[in-house]
Amino acid sequence: MWEYTDRVMDHFENPRNVGVVSRIDGEGQVGSLSCGDALRLTIQVDKDRDVIEDAKFQTFGCASAIASSSALTEMIKGKTVDQALNITNQDIADFLGGLPREKMHCSVMGQEALEAAVANYRGLPPRAVQGDVVCHCFGVTEQEIEKVIRANRLTSVEEITQFTKAGGGCGKCLPELEAILDRVLHKKPSNGSGNAEKAPPKMTALKRIKLIEEVISDEIAPALMRDGGDIELVDVDGNEVVVALKGACSSCPASKRTLADFVTDRLRALVDPNIVVRESRS
Amino acid sequence: METIYLDNNATTKVDPEVLEAMLPFFKEEYGNPSSMHLKGGEVAASLRQARLSLAALIGCEPHEIVYTSCGTESDNAAIWSALRTQPDKKHLVTSKVEHSAIINNAAFLRRLGYRVTEVGVDRLGRLDMEELTRSLTPDTALVTILWANNETGVLFPVEEIGALCRERGITFHTDAVQAVGKIPIDLKNLKIDMLALSGHKLHAPKGIGALYVRHGLKFAPFMIGGHQENGRRGGTENVPYIVGLGKAAELALARLPEENGRVRAMRDRLEEGLLRIPSTMVNGDREFRLPNTTNISFEYVEGESILFHLSHAGICASSGSACTSGSLEPSHVLRAMGVPFTAAHGSIRLSLAITNTEAEIDKALGIFPGVIKKLRDLSPFWKDGAPALDNALLTCDTSCQVCN
Repeated sequence: MWEYTDRVMDHFENPRNVGVVSRIDGEGQVGSLSCGDALRLTIQVDKDRDVIEDAKFQTFGCASAIASSSALTEMIKGKTVDQALNITNQDIADFLGGLPREKMHCSVMGQEALEAAVANYRGLPPRAVQGDVVCHCFGVTEQEIEKVIRANRLTSVEEITQFTKAGGGCGKCLPELEAILDRVLHKKPSNGSGNAEKAPPKMTALKRIKLIEEVISDEIAPALMRDGGDIELVDVDGNEVVVALKGACSSCPASKRTLADFVTDRLRALVDPNIVVRESRS
Repeated sequence: METIYLDNNATTKVDPEVLEAMLPFFKEEYGNPSSMHLKGGEVAASLRQARLSLAALIGCEPHEIVYTSCGTESDNAAIWSALRTQPDKKHLVTSKVEHSAIINNAAFLRRLGYRVTEVGVDRLGRLDMEELTRSLTPDTALVTILWANNETGVLFPVEEIGALCRERGITFHTDAVQAVGKIPIDLKNLKIDMLALSGHKLHAPKGIGALYVRHGLKFAPFMIGGHQENGRRGGTENVPYIVGLGKAAELALARLPEENGRVRAMRDRLEEGLLRIPSTMVNGDREFRLPNTTNISFEYVEGESILFHLSHAGICASSGSACTSGSLEPSHVLRAMGVPFTAAHGSIRLSLAITNTEAEIDKALGIFPGVIKKLRDLSPFWKDGAPALDNALLTCDTSCQVCN
């Protein structure tokens, strides 16, 4: 039997802030039913002060997933959005008096849901899938793994599985996890498989805009046209690329997330890993 | 708070009569049965009696029983004996839904260069007999297939499997840890070469098991040592526990009608009652199944959460969900059966015993609906008393092996 703290059991038995906020200003969904845990976080924000007035959750998962979600909502209520973003998965675990190591991925899920909800509130596209998917059983990318290794100072492959689930399915990616761990711990350069690791090429602002234009017209637009959609570049402001979606894409809410992921992914891979894509609201 | 123990496939309560029978062997009857004196002699006589009782329960001769420390040791002894006595044969046949004692031996044997066939099951957990038949070759040293599945209670046709193996001269071992004591077993009328059983599943204590080895079968000991158990398992006999298992076997034989009557009726009533909760299903063949076991999935909620709420209310059960298994994937048995992931994560196994009462079943039936409702009210996949099938999180976009 898992050794849960009284605080975990309290938040599991008496979860706080269950449901959906009355006015959804930001929404983050992570996990999936198939993976065994899923969390939907909604936040209501006082826009003048940028303060999270209310936060509610719905969670499918084990006791620690429910407790982590409940804890998260308690922790972010009353905080400014920026303050909330400083919360780490370890903070969530600490709030609960600790989680079993095997359950740390529940706290990571909470932190990711928060990031997603804030991105949604700020009108940013959901965090794109960056880098290669390493663990195909649970869809965990190289970049996510590296981030969690650094944030939690992980030192073993077993810990990576406990924190991200990567490697917990068929186990085929375990050698790759070992290599990633080795690279992060010894600060070795990437073996080139992850695009996000590439240093941004130096170029002038004009060249950069031209490159973005080319990628959109030659790479991205043709792919969208195959599905009856289209895309137009509206503006480039520093790392922010503003695009307008046309045709079938613009009216299909289900495809938007995938679309934003796709556009962001291509631009980050081919132009600059720091690019953020925003959809034109006009 | 009163405990309602519905996890008897995990372990059972030691019967007071069993404990009573064991106690003298911790006190005055401390002799070594091998000793040529009074103290050894009285203990040896008790061991003979215990062996007779166990032989009666499974319908074999007393000398066909080898005592071990647990079911896992019995499985190991069977597998390694079959391979060592047939060193030229390099193929093993088993199923996809075995106990970890078999699964992990099979994986190890693969690394040693053996070929292993894992026969699949259908949606109801029934063994694919065609695949099994096809897999048997002249190179096959051993077929090891469990008799009753620990998670679903589904029974495999060991009579038929035994006949197939015997025709081809292939050794057949069955892990019957969940079957012994719950269904009638008559080994002299079955073509089974070896059978593993465990004491703590039938109201004897943990730490005692046995392996049936058919008379005439070549056997190579797993535990190499002294002459005990006719040279088939070295080590001084665990006298109090062997006596305890003997008593438990005697009681189990007498209680078989009750197990298949009253216990079965309670199980059926519990199952029927739980199926009234919406979006609920039974996993496994309800016809050909142990009388005490049901495996029920409560869709759109997660098993560990159900278990903790049940435990809070005094009910002990188990789950095939990922979170409870210590791994990150739901039960290999449910996955082999192709149980959809919406159901696999919310599966609960309830396993009864003669120690359970009608009043407990009533109480459990009163507790379950509230627990499931509480969790569904939290779930993003449940809305207004029905599944929220429009939720985008229902599936993930990876080529996930959990679902596939």
